[in-house]
Amino acid sequence: MKCSEFLQELTNYLDGVIDARTKSELEDHLAWCHNCYVVCDTTKKTIEIYRDSQLYPLPEDLRTRLRTAIISKCQARKGPKQV
Amino acid sequence: MSAIQQKVSEPVSDELALVQAAKGGDVGAFEELVRRYDRNVFRIAQHITQNREDAEDVVQDAFLKAYSNLEQFQGQSKFYTWLVRIAVNEALMKLRRRRPERMVSLDEDVKTEEDSLPREVADWSPNPEQQYSQAELRDILTRTIQGLPPSFRTVFVLRDVEGLSTEETADALELSIPAVKSRLLRARLQLRDRLSRYFQKRESGDGKQ
Repeated sequence: MKCSEFLQELTNYLDGVIDARTKSELEDHLAWCHNCYVVCDTTKKTIEIYRDSQLYPLPEDLRTRLRTAIISKCQARKGPKQV
Repeated sequence: MSAIQQKVSEPVSDELALVQAAKGGDVGAFEELVRRYDRNVFRIAQHITQNREDAEDVVQDAFLKAYSNLEQFQGQSKFYTWLVRIAVNEALMKLRRRRPERMVSLDEDVKTEEDSLPREVADWSPNPEQQYSQAELRDILTRTIQGLPPSFRTVFVLRDVEGLSTEETADALELSIPAVKSRLLRARLQLRDRLSRYFQKRESGDGKQ
């Protein structure tokens, strides 16, 4: 497997949706190509760091205010539109 | 190296019952759906609009639109995926209004030099999160993702932050599966490349990395 081919398969590999043969070829490539190993490892860390970061939490007071506004407008609309 | 763990989705067993009750005019049932997904909708809206006020408006508008159009939800997709589609559209409208000089479209397919194999491949320090305080780290992550084109940012947020599947992301964004995969790869690589500027191993005194 060439580096460019590794890159094409990276997303499927990280998502665990890759056939056994391609996975084995990719892992053989990672065993000797340090650059691709680092790209793979740090891309995985990129995903994990964003997933764990909890950017933009919704504060409870704002949450309550938004929900109250939504529900009162829903009530004013007297139910969903009938098609 | 193992595959990354997928986020476990919310239980959906009673969700259709809540949707049915809400269709029948039970606002309490709809309120439960709001409680279930308001944090996710807010986060997605903030990521797309990059503006707190706009994100608040998007949460309200998206849920109101969902409520008004519940009859159109036929249950072929999950309620959450359907809601995300509405929220993404509302958020993109806000973004377009704020940046009329640049047409913002999910079809935008931006090629950059970061798309190919990175030029400089630097390994990260063993614990990049410990190099910075929590506030600094948030700032780095926010600034880094803000630099991505909206079309890439949106795919990354839905797939990797919110944990939607590729199929659900394609459904929510009305994109093909290959288009989602291609944007996701490029978004991940661009973020990786940009984060490397902060997280790469520092040169040690003996010249080794």
